[in-house]
Amino acid sequence: MMEHAPALAIAIPLFAAFAVSLIGKIGKRIRNMWVILSLILTELLVIYLNYEILTNGIHTYALGAALPSLISPGGFPVRIILEIDAVNALVSFIVISITLAAVVYCWRFMQAISKDREHIDRFYSLLLLFTAGMIGMSFTGDFFTLFVFLELTSVSSAALVSFFRDGESFEAAFKYMIISAIGALFLLLGIGILYSQYGLLNMAAIAKEIMLHMSFLDKVSLSLIVSAILLKIGPVPLHMWKVDIYQKLPAPLVAVCITSSLVGIYVLSRILFSVFFVMGSLSGWIIIILGVLSIFVGVTMSLLQKNLKRMMAYAAIAEIGYVMLGIGTGLAAASKDFGFIALSGGILHTLNDALNMGLLFLITGAIFYATKKTDIRDLGGLAHRSASLSALFIIGMLAVSGLPPFNGFVSKLMIYESVFCLNPLLAVVGILGSILMLAIFAKVFVSVFLGTPYRRKFKKMPASMMAVMWIIALFILFLGMFPEMAINNLVTPAADALINHEAYMGGVI
Amino acid sequence: MISLPFIAVIILVSMALFAIIFKRNLIKIVMAVHIMGSGVNLFLISLGYTEGGIAPIFTNAPGMQMVLPTPQALVLTSIVINIAVVALMLSFAIAIYARYGTFDTTKVRLKG
Repeated sequence: MMEHAPALAIAIPLFAAFAVSLIGKIGKRIRNMWVILSLILTELLVIYLNYEILTNGIHTYALGAALPSLISPGGFPVRIILEIDAVNALVSFIVISITLAAVVYCWRFMQAISKDREHIDRFYSLLLLFTAGMIGMSFTGDFFTLFVFLELTSVSSAALVSFFRDGESFEAAFKYMIISAIGALFLLLGIGILYSQYGLLNMAAIAKEIMLHMSFLDKVSLSLIVSAILLKIGPVPLHMWKVDIYQKLPAPLVAVCITSSLVGIYVLSRILFSVFFVMGSLSGWIIIILGVLSIFVGVTMSLLQKNLKRMMAYAAIAEIGYVMLGIGTGLAAASKDFGFIALSGGILHTLNDALNMGLLFLITGAIFYATKKTDIRDLGGLAHRSASLSALFIIGMLAVSGLPPFNGFVSKLMIYESVFCLNPLLAVVGILGSILMLAIFAKVFVSVFLGTPYRRKFKKMPASMMAVMWIIALFILFLGMFPEMAINNLVTPAADALINHEAYMGGVI
Repeated sequence: MISLPFIAVIILVSMALFAIIFKRNLIKIVMAVHIMGSGVNLFLISLGYTEGGIAPIFTNAPGMQMVLPTPQALVLTSIVINIAVVALMLSFAIAIYARYGTFDTTKVRLKG
């Protein structure tokens, strides 16, 4: 039973998604229980996989084989293969935990937003499809399956963007769909070029061929695939769709959507590190420059926004920039010690980014729940109505801008000190970005929470939403106090797995 | 030697990209996405083609030359996905038309 854990972790949310609208006919409560139960089951499977990989090493699983361990009969991988090592186990763990938190949060949140039962049924089934797509994207060891799951996440999240059914959300969804359709077709073209040369689709097998000789066509397909994945991640020159969809999605879903860009970052680093093995300056510098641009533009644009969610969306882009800065430095200086630290910092920052920005977006959702407003100018003096919410916002704000004793400090420090060895100017931009981020969030805190008490209608927050936010805040504090636990047990094995591409190949061949 | 299908692929994909970037009509953009999908599918299918090959059904062709089966499986999946994408985009386009009464992207807030 447990040997099928990788396939089940994708199959359970997929099955649950299609069963939701059927079970929704019985009752709301049962449907919510069903969604949460399926996610808890997936979470347990992913935790088991994490544990198993950290003790036994890479886990490969051949779909449809007589024995799941029968990967390459005759030294040639023929089936769809899921290959899970320390990185993608960590990434899928982040994805499923944030999704679980968001779904528990949604229980009361969605009741307040929409009364239409079937509408919420569809919402939940799309959310589960989205989760299945993300887990599939992170587990797959096969290029074509990557394409399929990429399209699954794009289609389901585009349908989720149009949740509120007003003109602007349809526009955002249409824009997002064009971008992701172009991206996916680029990916398919790149995969086709790879297939034409090697007759293979398996990542590890292709990696072995490329290591022997990297041809010109390989470079063409690398650039096609990387640009496709970058369209999915959305760093600065490609960020236009992202702000729109973050503004239009219901707030708990934005937290899930952020993890989907983190999955994109994982796929990018998997392709650069493990498959094409381009540890050199050029590709690393491209990622670094995109990351620095994202930090700079994200922070400055965030300063100008009047809408709370839009402002957070730009801050989220800046946070993605930090992750890319770390990964890019790891790529550009792969052979040196500080490159490894930068890579670990980047991986730790994916975890922190999901927690911090997730918490902040959940707070935005709570403010929307209580007041039905998202414009910063309409709000003020909320601290008099809910002290607990303002305490949460302070935690999120300090964590995002990288102050001790919160988790953002640890990962950002790791990124700064290693980036400084590569080029001091980059570290300066990073630190400036952090300071500006603190300034922006302090401004928002003052105008939203302080001032004359808020007198208009303020709905009381349900306990489940508060509990979810406090649990995330406790995790943030815990990771900030004892970072070495996460670094030693989760992050260092993950960085090792990325650097050590021979182990990845060895998992299949 | 560059064969005919690959030239067709290049024409289709570049035509579609041109239309996506420069056309103002939502329906034309959706059509362009579909054309691009067809171009990529044509690329995949022509990769697996061998001269004089027949359909890759093993019992049908003892000892004869078959075209490669994997690209055909890929293209089948990709066609289905492409149809889903186009259907979703068309439904968005209809919803936008219902809200704004136009398909023109210069009149709607967003640009292509």
